[in-house]
Amino acid sequence: MKYVDEYRDQKMAEKLAAEIRRAVTRPWAIMEVCGGQTHSIVKYGIDYLLPKEVELVHGPGCPVCVTPLEMIDRAHAIARRPEVIFCSFGDMLRVPGSTGDLFQVKAGGADVRIVYSPLDCLKIASSNPARKVVFFAIGFETTAPANAMAVWQARQQGIRNFSVLVSHVLVPPAMTGILESPDNRVQAFLGPGHVCAVMGYREYEPIPPRYGTPIVITGFEPIDLLEGTLMAVRQLEQGRAEVENQYVRAVDADGNTDAQKMIDRVFEVCDRAWRGIGIIPRSGYRLKDEFRDYDAEQIFQLGPIHAPEPAICISGQVLTGLKKPHDCPAFGKECTPQNPLGATMVSAEGACAAYYNYGRHLVALPSAMGKV
Amino acid sequence: MCLAIPGKIVALEERSCMRMGRIDYGGITREACLEYIPDPQIGDYVMVHVGFAISKVDAEEAARTYQYLAEMDQLDEIAGPEQPRDKTT
Repeated sequence: MKYVDEYRDQKMAEKLAAEIRRAVTRPWAIMEVCGGQTHSIVKYGIDYLLPKEVELVHGPGCPVCVTPLEMIDRAHAIARRPEVIFCSFGDMLRVPGSTGDLFQVKAGGADVRIVYSPLDCLKIASSNPARKVVFFAIGFETTAPANAMAVWQARQQGIRNFSVLVSHVLVPPAMTGILESPDNRVQAFLGPGHVCAVMGYREYEPIPPRYGTPIVITGFEPIDLLEGTLMAVRQLEQGRAEVENQYVRAVDADGNTDAQKMIDRVFEVCDRAWRGIGIIPRSGYRLKDEFRDYDAEQIFQLGPIHAPEPAICISGQVLTGLKKPHDCPAFGKECTPQNPLGATMVSAEGACAAYYNYGRHLVALPSAMGKV
Repeated sequence: MCLAIPGKIVALEERSCMRMGRIDYGGITREACLEYIPDPQIGDYVMVHVGFAISKVDAEEAARTYQYLAEMDQLDEIAGPEQPRDKTT
């Protein structure tokens, strides 16, 4: 496939890894922000290609992972209503709430459907006028234009039996939250390529000079990740801290301005709770007031839901780069993708699930702390 | 979750006042919304996420960076892969 196969070339990957070995003189901890990048790194063993000085730590950029347990319980409560057709991206169906996951809710008789695009929900709503169609609108900035368009189109087309349960999160506040932490060990970021395809990277430009932390906007294929790492290592070694763009074939500084306009029409920035981390100010989107008729939380008044997390889980520290999956006593034992205890195990893009799915629970690896 | 797949626009159509397109992903074809792509043309490559094209693949930039990487490859071949070199600056 064009623009995919050539970015998986093994020989070029080895050359880039050799170039990183030449460029590095001391230890560096580099965080890939996006869960899709984490998945690629573990799947292709990119971290094994790197010299021991370069440690990749895994970031909070998996929206499925960071959706709060309370929000998942809320989704389940809505999905169980007989008048509701509950639609979701496939990744959310296996994420357990306090009692079971959406597959189990479906097995219990609820009408739960997997959609490929949020626009699919509008077709379902039009063909089921007596039912209430609810879409679980999760995601980062990458997904926000699609979800915003579904709401906008519902209003344009006069579809009234459609609403969204919004749990949208934003990348830059999470990055600065990590850098502000007194325990922070992240020295550079591989920035989220597809988030920046939508948003551009101007909003990231104040971060490197303020914190002395380079950001390299990076793609998702092995060659992208290795080139992004090389660019980050070069900045670190040269004492530079700026935003660079590795993913030039898909990202420019301004991003997709039409998509940004649609986000601004439908959503506004709000505080959001992140599973494993807690509330981060101004780190998410909610529907603007004028779209409250499409807000599932307004339509189905469920009141406050409290859902305690297992005390043993260290996913908050994994999401912020302080720990690796192997540092958790429950990893691969009590906690597996089949029985996840926390954020980083619930989705294939979570660091713990990626490590488990590619067999890393079977081998002893150095802990995050042990390597520095 | 934030994955976007590169695909080629093979057909353009309008539905519910939205610009839509058929996108070919190396043999598999699916529909995507092209509302966020200014002036989409058949043959353009776009990055598609949850049924929406979010950016056009810049073919020139892709060729340029790939050429740069390939040249780095050739230079290394000449230098020999295991030969130590000064720190890259």
